[in-house]
Amino acid sequence: MPNLNDILILLPELYLVAAACLLLLLDAFMKPEQRSMLHWLSIAVLLVGVYLVIAGQPSQTVTAFNGMFVRDGVAEVLKVFALLSTVLVFFYAKPYLQDRKLFVGEFYTLTIFAVIGIMLLVSAGSLLTVYLGLEQLTLSSYALVALNRDSRLSSEAAIKYFVLGALASGMLLYGMSMVYGATGTLDLAHLHMAAGQTTMPHLLVFGLIFMIVGIGFKLGAAPFHMWIPDVYQGSPTAVTIFIGSAPKLAAFGMAYRLLGTGLADLSHHWQLMLACLAVLSLAIGNLLAIVQSNLKRLLAYSTISHMGYLLLGLVNAGPEGYASALFYAISYALMSAAAFGVILALARAGFECEEIDDLKGLNQRSPWAAFLMMLVMFSMAGVPPMFGFFAKLLVFQAAIHAGFLWLAIVGAVAAIIGIYYYLRVVKVMYFDKPVEGTEIRLQSDVSLRVVLSLNVLALLVLGIGWGPLFGWCQRVFVG
Amino acid sequence: MIDPSMFQLVCFYAFAAVTVVAALGVITLRNTVHAVLSLVLTFFSTACIWLLAEAEFLAIALIVVYVGAVMVLFLFVVMMLDINEERLREGFIKFLPVGIIVALVMLGEMVALIGVRAMHEQVMGANPATVAGVSNTEWLGHALYTQFLLPFEIAALILTVGVVAAVALTIRHRAGTRHQQASQQVLVNPRDRVRVVKMAATVPAAPQPAPGKETTP
Repeated sequence: MPNLNDILILLPELYLVAAACLLLLLDAFMKPEQRSMLHWLSIAVLLVGVYLVIAGQPSQTVTAFNGMFVRDGVAEVLKVFALLSTVLVFFYAKPYLQDRKLFVGEFYTLTIFAVIGIMLLVSAGSLLTVYLGLEQLTLSSYALVALNRDSRLSSEAAIKYFVLGALASGMLLYGMSMVYGATGTLDLAHLHMAAGQTTMPHLLVFGLIFMIVGIGFKLGAAPFHMWIPDVYQGSPTAVTIFIGSAPKLAAFGMAYRLLGTGLADLSHHWQLMLACLAVLSLAIGNLLAIVQSNLKRLLAYSTISHMGYLLLGLVNAGPEGYASALFYAISYALMSAAAFGVILALARAGFECEEIDDLKGLNQRSPWAAFLMMLVMFSMAGVPPMFGFFAKLLVFQAAIHAGFLWLAIVGAVAAIIGIYYYLRVVKVMYFDKPVEGTEIRLQSDVSLRVVLSLNVLALLVLGIGWGPLFGWCQRVFVG
Repeated sequence: MIDPSMFQLVCFYAFAAVTVVAALGVITLRNTVHAVLSLVLTFFSTACIWLLAEAEFLAIALIVVYVGAVMVLFLFVVMMLDINEERLREGFIKFLPVGIIVALVMLGEMVALIGVRAMHEQVMGANPATVAGVSNTEWLGHALYTQFLLPFEIAALILTVGVVAAVALTIRHRAGTRHQQASQQVLVNPRDRVRVVKMAATVPAAPQPAPGKETTP
């Protein structure tokens, strides 16, 4: 029977559910011109959530509701950064939404509901909770993508995302049912024990393959990447920035829960599968990014390649690999938030700033914006003092230690190819002449400017002092 | 006398075969109404298989929710979508043969189920619900509210998100939308609405030409 202790373990999630429902009610009774209060309240709600996650963290792993929910160090790190990156999203999204008459309460409540899904997913202790957390996250995301109902591109992206997402959920569920059939348990901890002594090893591996398809889709790893460019381009940029940041942490959490805890004994099977996904993602992501002229599509293909790097860490299948992949997921969430943040800061009513050519001569128009974008691009490309460099270095190291030297070499070659298209953006900003008659400047919203600058500077600071963060990532996987 | 477990096996394969054939029909039949009826048969046969496996609650829920409500709604939608009035009116006779076949197969399945029940009370291995001496539904209820409380509540949360999303994506605050205003409705005076006009009786119109000789312009 569930008791009070179970509820205390679940406190951050329960608090967010209650807060989201209250915000929903508040929005219904609020005048449209008071809506910026909702914006600040939502940010406060998420920050209190961060506090509850950290302050209530038990000293060792605890489970609640018959092992359905696990609260351990991994979940803590993922939740803290998922909440923080969503706070960034709220800061960046406000002026964009206001300019386009999309500044509605549902954006905030649906995003918070999606974050609740992320928190449940990364804390899942059972296949059921993994699936339900994922559905909570994706259902909210579908609605967010379709939020701009008058745009045909948005509706198309939402339908594509919905149909492919439903297919991937079906695959995942099918795989889970086979794993359940082979082991007779849904609990990930029991699964770990039962997987070793199953009488139907082939069924188990079959289920594993379907589950990897589901994970690959949620990560956006090739060959399950088809939805990423269209969804990134089609959704309002304020939604793209959310889909591109916090859910990537959730996808890592899901992969870790399913493969790293539940099916860890099958690692000799899934290591090679993930290595194949990684090579395909690195190749397709980096090569197709070169030919893009749309900045959002370019970042979408760069996401695919970044998921390839994240998989390099997972391929290690040991604490070192998980720590480096977690570190990579965090670095990617912060970089992606910053990159889309600059796009949001430069966009204004009637101007999306989503073509690379829109950035021509940005350095003469707005030197600070150009400088911020340059730092983000350097970090994504993996130029040494930046955050992205150490994240890449650590996943390469993890892959080499697991005996996948060839994979690390592929990754390094892909990184060099990647530098080309990131530097192209920098070149356009600094060396091309601005197009006459166009105007481009940063949004005047002070909070956006300050938070964006802090976010980009954090990429530099964490690049130089990456030790403590990586130490935290390492600690949670040991013991 | 037939062996009860043998009869059960035969029934299982018969139900399974009907399910597969009907499911194939759903995706291959050209006529959408036939496809929907075929889907009804698929659900019904699946429910029969579940009854064999002693999952009574699931089976009844499938019949009541899917066959009873969702599929009837589907039928309405499918018939509404094809706005061919003649076909709509002819629908009943036209689809009667297929409907009768579906009903007959369902009847046969039900009789077989009752036969299995009559022959053998305990058809499956140890069922935890039967061992505990409670019904399947009661057992499920206990499991949902104790062992599976968290997933059950998350499912409720997902439904909430579904409602929020549906409202967010469909509600429109357009200028010129007509809303009811009770205060104005109450203040209405009948004299403002109805005007009685006195007119002279009109001359009857010329007789229509006989049908068939009509020419279309």
